[in-house]
Amino acid sequence: MTEKTKDILFKPVVENNPIALQILGICSALAVTSQLSVALVMCLALTVVTAFSNFFVSLVRNYIPGNIRIIVQMTIIASLVIVVDQVLKAVAYDVSKQLSVFVGLIITNCIVMGRAEAYAMKNPPVASFLDGIGNGLGYSVILIVLAVIRELFGSGSLLGIQILPVVSTGGWYVPNGLLLLPPSAFFLIGGFIWVLRTFKKDQVEAADFDMAPNTRAEVA
Amino acid sequence: MFNKDTVGGTLSVALILCVVCSIVVASSAVLLRPMQQANKDLDRKTNILAAAGLLKEGVSVDSQFEDITVRAVDLNTGQFTDTVDVATYDQRKASKNPAQSEELSRRDDLAKISRRANIATVYIVETPEGIDKVILPVKGYGLWSTLYGFIALDGDLNTVAGLGFYEHAETPGLGGEVDNPLWKAKWVGKKVFDSEGETALTVIKGSVDTSRAGSEYQIDGLSGATLTSRGVSQLIQFWLGDNGFAPFLAKLKEGEA
Repeated sequence: MTEKTKDILFKPVVENNPIALQILGICSALAVTSQLSVALVMCLALTVVTAFSNFFVSLVRNYIPGNIRIIVQMTIIASLVIVVDQVLKAVAYDVSKQLSVFVGLIITNCIVMGRAEAYAMKNPPVASFLDGIGNGLGYSVILIVLAVIRELFGSGSLLGIQILPVVSTGGWYVPNGLLLLPPSAFFLIGGFIWVLRTFKKDQVEAADFDMAPNTRAEVA
Repeated sequence: MFNKDTVGGTLSVALILCVVCSIVVASSAVLLRPMQQANKDLDRKTNILAAAGLLKEGVSVDSQFEDITVRAVDLNTGQFTDTVDVATYDQRKASKNPAQSEELSRRDDLAKISRRANIATVYIVETPEGIDKVILPVKGYGLWSTLYGFIALDGDLNTVAGLGFYEHAETPGLGGEVDNPLWKAKWVGKKVFDSEGETALTVIKGSVDTSRAGSEYQIDGLSGATLTSRGVSQLIQFWLGDNGFAPFLAKLKEGEA
């Protein structure tokens, strides 16, 4: 593997993570991470869609008229998402039922659109494909971490296998119900970004504006 | 030389893209349909069995389903009917067909389904001693979607043996908790009709105080899902009420159905 491919593949995992640095794709990260199995399927689906949409957009990038390029990208992405949704319904019916609308909502996931517009429009197909896989991996890392924490401490299990025996079935562990609710993923993502930026100071953004101090009588 | 940024170029790129994408989407839908249909059928049978509390692990669903008799019921008369073939009759389709369904007035339409099929499919588990369980299809509107499910009643036609939804699009984690096995377990053993024969079973807000009178007609609401809980409550009221299966259940009890 050359240095460049490695960069394209693994940079989005830590250094340029779509969720932690670019803050994209948060909505699905909140919605599908209460169970690890569902999160894994979502990661797979998103990675496949991002990789192939990047590939196809890049393949036809020289023929895409500038003034309809977003619609063209959207059509390609939407078609891929429908295909993925159909395949899931045929081979993994239970999971597709749990993911319900969220597979369809990959269409509006900013990571897919963002990579198509920012990378695939300017780069050759193979590199774009790898970039899609890389960003899918970056998204997956965060989703898997969130799902492990939320499922383990929220319902005491992982992949549906009981690890911490919960009180309701006669065990000792009192599950933290908050972790099963979507807002908990916000706190976890916030914590994740905090940890990441403590170690990688270059990810800290400069403030966009200075906040004026609260008005005091002597100032006014 | 092809110039993509002219009007003709733009239109032809858009046209070619649309044709290619529609072929891909349409062929995936058509080719995968048999598999999806098989999954759906298996899922429906599994749900019927699960609602009745009959689902056993490790035995094929199709062979378990053999113990169940499928019958058609005329909801207006409350009696069994042979006017339709139960193997091909589709209650969902019938409820959209004006010839096979009737419009509900707003006052009657508790479940917000606007039309109700005249004939419903019911699933009966019989033992030599008589009826063991009756499984009835129910549906109604929650917050975002129509919930489709089954409710199973014990042989006394009053005690709930189970409830399950097989299709809905409620919010995962909130309204989607209608699929939570712990919540579904709360339905088992509850009573549908009170001593006057009225449909009394409801989903309440908060949790049920078992020491109070009437708690056998009440189910805990789902927290964070007020509208879905209300929808479930209303659809139970409708389908086990006078416009639903109540006349049929009364006749079945007296052996006149």
